[in-house]
Amino acid sequence: MSKKLVEFRNVSFRYDEDGPWVLKNCSFEIYENEWVAIIGHNGSGKSTIAKLLNGLLFPQEGEIVIGGQQVNEESIWSIRKEVGMVFQNPDNQFVGATVQDDVAFGMENRGVQRDEMQKRITETLSAVRMQDYRLTEPHRLSGGQKQRVAIASVLAISPKVLILDEATAMLDPSGRKEIMDTVGEIQESSGLSLITITHDLQEVVQADRVIVMNNGNKWREASPREIFLEKDALRTIGLDVPFVAILAEELKHAGVSLKSTPLNQEELLEDLWILHSRT
Amino acid sequence: MNNSLIIGQYVPGNSLVHRLDPRTKITIIFFFVFIVFFANNIASYSLLTVFALTCMFTSKVPIRFIIKGLTPVWFLIIFTFILHLFVTREGTVILEFWIFEFYSGGLIQGIAIALRFFLLILVTSLLTLTTTPIEITDAIEDMLHPLKRFKFPVHELALMMSISLRFIPTLMQETDKISRAQASRGVDFKTGPIKERIKAVVPLLVPLFVSAFKRAEELAMAMEARGYQGGEGRSKLRELKIEKRDIFIFILFAIVVAALLLIRSYS
Amino acid sequence: MDITFKNVTYIYQPNTPFSHKAIEDLSFQVESGTFMAIIGHTGSGKSTLIQHLNGLSVPTDGEVVIGEYRLSKHDKPRDMKELRSRVGVVFQYPEHQLFEETVAKDIAFGPQNFGVNEAEIGQRIKEIIPAVGLNETVLERSPFDLSGGQMRRVAIAGVLAVKPDVLVLDEPTAGLDPRGQKEIMDMFYKLHKEQGLTTILVTHSMEDALKYADQVLILNKGTKFMEGTPLEVFNEKDALQSVQLDVPEIVQFLNRFEEKFGQTIPFQKQSIKEIAQSIQQIIEGAESR
Ligand SMILES: Nc1ncnc2c1ncn2[C@@H]1O[C@H](COP(=O)(O)OP(=O)(O)OP(=O)(O)O)[C@@H](O)[C@H]1O
Ligand SMILES: Nc1ncnc2c1ncn2[C@@H]1O[C@H](COP(=O)(O)OP(=O)(O)OP(=O)(O)O)[C@@H](O)[C@H]1O
Ligand SMILES: [Mg+2]
Ligand SMILES: [Mg+2]
Repeated sequence: MSKKLVEFRNVSFRYDEDGPWVLKNCSFEIYENEWVAIIGHNGSGKSTIAKLLNGLLFPQEGEIVIGGQQVNEESIWSIRKEVGMVFQNPDNQFVGATVQDDVAFGMENRGVQRDEMQKRITETLSAVRMQDYRLTEPHRLSGGQKQRVAIASVLAISPKVLILDEATAMLDPSGRKEIMDTVGEIQESSGLSLITITHDLQEVVQADRVIVMNNGNKWREASPREIFLEKDALRTIGLDVPFVAILAEELKHAGVSLKSTPLNQEELLEDLWILHSRT
Repeated sequence: MNNSLIIGQYVPGNSLVHRLDPRTKITIIFFFVFIVFFANNIASYSLLTVFALTCMFTSKVPIRFIIKGLTPVWFLIIFTFILHLFVTREGTVILEFWIFEFYSGGLIQGIAIALRFFLLILVTSLLTLTTTPIEITDAIEDMLHPLKRFKFPVHELALMMSISLRFIPTLMQETDKISRAQASRGVDFKTGPIKERIKAVVPLLVPLFVSAFKRAEELAMAMEARGYQGGEGRSKLRELKIEKRDIFIFILFAIVVAALLLIRSYS
Repeated sequence: MDITFKNVTYIYQPNTPFSHKAIEDLSFQVESGTFMAIIGHTGSGKSTLIQHLNGLSVPTDGEVVIGEYRLSKHDKPRDMKELRSRVGVVFQYPEHQLFEETVAKDIAFGPQNFGVNEAEIGQRIKEIIPAVGLNETVLERSPFDLSGGQMRRVAIAGVLAVKPDVLVLDEPTAGLDPRGQKEIMDMFYKLHKEQGLTTILVTHSMEDALKYADQVLILNKGTKFMEGTPLEVFNEKDALQSVQLDVPEIVQFLNRFEEKFGQTIPFQKQSIKEIAQSIQQIIEGAESR
């Protein structure tokens, strides 16, 4: 069993003293080298969770522990070294004047030596396949390229957890796919934990585990396979299920006795093939 | 995406002038501005002109960019020239025209003053043509460093400058987008009485401010998330370094200054 | 209104070192009442194209005809405003254009500019608010206090309140949750049918194009790559792949099914349920053999 890295213990949060609770008594855990997707309708509290994880906000009730440290005013600087975050809008998180300045920004903040910085910039830009753009200015990059730079900037400080808060929402499908492939590769090779907040079902399917938020409550926490079995319940809270899950259900109605719940087309086709060739 | 925006007027290049340390360039220009006022005869003016033109040709910046940079001030140069021509009454009369008399002294002074202007503007625009805004920012931060002792927020100022520079193209695109959206809703920015046109700016400015604030907020958050906590204990990727070429240019410039003073005292 | 593009080319900043050809020699036609989807990569010229529909951009070469309005290098309609009142555009992230103190004022802004009288505007707002899925209680609130999804709906209401004949939508559902996306698209579709609009939808979603469009136009690097009904276009899997576009998942699945089982289930926009039944028959067929 791998190690526990992040823990939310009965966390409640609201933005104003007399405002509504935006998170209500949420508890969950995230382990090393795990990919967790957080989904939920607009305003369900997903971004709030991300900001709490990074010490950009603090809970009014409950506590958050990351790598054995409780998140509070004193620990945020070491927490932020462990938790890297990429936000939705590619334009509003690009700090540097050029790609390499942006990647350096996080390291400069931590006083990393220049030689080390140069080395890390080369490494991380290659990891996101942006090594040819080192001196390019942000307004000459596409949205997807800016997001890849943002990922490189975060990787440069070697965090243990990488949070993507709808980092692909403003990109076109091919931009999205590139980012997700990049992130997938990085997660596999570096073994960091990945938290992706998303409305994109394709991203959810790739995760090891899914946390479903509804109105500030943790509604479910399970594997994508289990989650997508609850087709109708998901719809009532404003979410959707992937095409394959719907087709699998219709196949069952039509009398095809699939033995498992397929998550992607390969699995479904394989299942059908077994049924087909049995006779 | 708009790929065409040039911030400031930087023309990319790899000439000697481009590669000079920005602090070298700023310092030399600073002193150049001074010594232009010491020039007082043909020889000294020629010396400075040769220096400025040499810089210009070494920079390999196409002439048309330089001329473009000078356009807004041509008027000023010509105006001072004419003013001197009309007002100065020294030397001999060289031309009479209707009620005016033009003196040789006026012509000479007019040329001298116009040349001064021209040299000043040529040299300063060479700075912005061959130095990226971010290099200028770095140089200013470095040169203002001593002020830190007096609690002057040097780092913050430099950061603010570089972020503003970084967001200029973004905000220009945004302005363009919003004005198109409002034009589609029937706003007319181009025709109609002045009062109407001023009113038409509100639907443009309000969304622009709202979005600028939102951007600022998100950027601040992104910076904080990446561990930004002020200038203390920060290292820097960009390094300013005085190289041989900088020293060479300084020596050259010193010779020019010395020669100028010499020529001046002979006349 | 019928829309015709005849050999349209559009160049940004022509005659400068930065000149950039965003659209090249593009021709197509849209009949009045058609729902057309425009699909293409980032930078393929979709947004540039739609700006020609209400005269925000005028072709560098060629001509655009919208109803009785003609746009080309040589003639611009005398009354651009009239054209804009008949072609409504919902831009990407339209909530960025909100600026009034109250929702009601913001919705009224467009119609006022186009000279609709106050009584009529009041009437229109009453009709539109429920149609875009808002509640009358928001009318007196500031648009900036609303949630992202609500702001989006207010901005859309502001365009609809002008009662255009042509509705142009540039990725209208970006950033919304799945339910919000579906609600908004269904709403546009309903309006399209009920009011006999001509609708032009720019989208990255093949699923939406398949579901709503009568006609699909695929752009690649500023030129027309393909045009046809969704069925025609999405059966050209290989061609689409050559410009890195996907086919809708359902088509993708049927293609793979064919590869694996050697039996074709032709795609004719049937429902998932019907597809499930076809699959069942093929498998049963094998069992009963
Ligand atoms: N700065 C803030 N001040 C006050 N309320 C806020 C603030 N930020 C968010 N909220 C409110 O908190 C709730 C949760 O917001 P949050 O941003 O966490 O949602 P989300 O799940 O990320 O939604 P989305 O899918 O739209 O990104 C919403 O009702 C929102 O209106
Ligand atoms: N104002 C402008 N000045 C110069 N070039 C521009 C301008 N606007 C767009 N372009 C360029 O024109 C091309 C087409 O852009 P356009 O915005 O039409 O693409 P798009 O298909 O809408 O892309 P997206 O899916 O990203 O919205 C792009 O290469 C873009 O960089
Ligand atoms: Mg969010
Ligand atoms: Mg676009």
